[in-house]
Amino acid sequence: MRYLPKSDAERAAMLRDIGASSIDDLFAIIPEEYRLARDLEIPRQMGESEIVDHFKAAAAKNANGYASFLGAGVYRHYRPVLIDTIVQRGEFLTSYTPYQAEITQGTLQAIFEFQTMICELTGMDIANASMYDGSTAAPEAVMMAMRVTGRDGVVVARTVHPEYREVMHTYAQHREVSSGQVAVEVGYVENGRVDLAALEATVTNETACVLVQSPNFFGVIEDVAAIAEIAHKKGALLVVAIAEAVSLGIVKPPVEADVVIMEAQSFGVAPSFGGPFCGVIAAKEKYVRQMPGRLVGQTTDTKGRRGFVLTLSTREQHIRREKATSNICTNQALVALMATVFMTVYGKEGIKELALHNLAKADYAAKTLGPDGKLLFGSSPRFNEFVLQTDEAPEALNARLLEQKIIGGVALKRWYPELGNATLWCATELTSREQIDAAAGVVASAPASAVAR
Amino acid sequence: MAYPTNYRYTREHEWIDVSGKAATVGITDHAQDSLGDIVFVELPKVGDKVEKGKVFGSVESVKAVSDLYAPATGTVTAINEELTAAPEKINADAHSAWIMKIELSDPKEIDSLLTAADYETYAKEETGH
Repeated sequence: MRYLPKSDAERAAMLRDIGASSIDDLFAIIPEEYRLARDLEIPRQMGESEIVDHFKAAAAKNANGYASFLGAGVYRHYRPVLIDTIVQRGEFLTSYTPYQAEITQGTLQAIFEFQTMICELTGMDIANASMYDGSTAAPEAVMMAMRVTGRDGVVVARTVHPEYREVMHTYAQHREVSSGQVAVEVGYVENGRVDLAALEATVTNETACVLVQSPNFFGVIEDVAAIAEIAHKKGALLVVAIAEAVSLGIVKPPVEADVVIMEAQSFGVAPSFGGPFCGVIAAKEKYVRQMPGRLVGQTTDTKGRRGFVLTLSTREQHIRREKATSNICTNQALVALMATVFMTVYGKEGIKELALHNLAKADYAAKTLGPDGKLLFGSSPRFNEFVLQTDEAPEALNARLLEQKIIGGVALKRWYPELGNATLWCATELTSREQIDAAAGVVASAPASAVAR
Repeated sequence: MAYPTNYRYTREHEWIDVSGKAATVGITDHAQDSLGDIVFVELPKVGDKVEKGKVFGSVESVKAVSDLYAPATGTVTAINEELTAAPEKINADAHSAWIMKIELSDPKEIDSLLTAADYETYAKEETGH
């Protein structure tokens, strides 16, 4: 459909037809004081060449040519060009969530393939059509566990992404919880893993679920099997969060979990300015009726041909109203399609090689940067992130790095004041050896005056 | 299908068959007919406390999910596990495909429920024929 503005003659004809003398008549119902009497004051229109210049100038503000060691929930990975070629097809790019679902077989098939690949990667039986992002998938999984168990206690590891925990608290503000406490947090031990003894002491017969992340916020891989045992012993579910999807190429999938939530941004979604991203919820089949969001199933039509349908819609808000399992009635279809294309391009072996490449880069970075600072939690298995402790304050260190066009690690003290100057570093397949060596050079050259002891 | 006269009924379309303090609960033929093909029954757990007028489970049909309301207050003593694999038994014979058995806290609560004749009139009014 093309966008053509109406002519004055057409406007006059329409007004005449409905018996209004002016467009203002249509707003008569709105009290005078709430109507905007002045001009909107938006900038004047631009010529095409001006628009191109405008966006070129804006693009020049990007940190092009900088090395980035940022991770912490958002990861820089190569995006195969095929992704944009496919998602820019009009059939995908312009369509809204399929409410009249079965008429859009192509969209449903793409979602079905997304679900299937997510199941294979996470080791779960079922996956939904995607959620907004990892941070909103976390509370949805927690609420799912509450419905399954009929309990409302939640135990969360402090090594779960701090922002995921914040989003959980936002969700929880408007829920009545009989224990009065939404989530009890359990700390970590010297190796950066969740404190299993504290966890064991905290999980009770009132606990709906235990939520952990692996690789956790420090990049450390948790002992999911041991955590599952603690949760299951008390009849609680285990929810495992995965913020770095590429880790699944080499890290054993959390098959002991009951529900897996994931941020699939790493699969072909540009870091952009914080979104849109792509959340995932996958679970054991027996929990399918408590799963939030849309679910695509495969079936055969009256002629025996393969087709796709939205299944279990009766749980959803547009049918079950306030008793729906969740108020999410849509999904992140276009971004999930990016992830689907990414998974298809790389394939099983490709994702494994990619993960190994990340591991090697991060390992080299940790070894190179480590001696000039101190590698924290170094004894634990990790993926593509690590925590570096320095004498120099992170603000000072990162300012010196920035002068060399290097974006350093994320300062952790905002969430973990006990870690002092520690920074969280990430290296992916896009991080070059030269960049790592350059960063190590800057870290090593800390001026004595900058050391904040 | 006739409504057994020894059962009592709720306006939310459950039936209850009482014998002393023990009672069996299910949904009415009118309810199964309105819902259509039932594909899933969410059962309570044995030992759960149910409260008169409060939700204790749900039935899901191809059209909708409907909550189940307890006709009386009590404790669940048994659930019909058969419905997990064969929820269609409710469509086949709603008045024998029971959902749960409860021990009543106060058998006198039953007196306020509808009789078979009252329920039949009520169900007819609701459907408008």
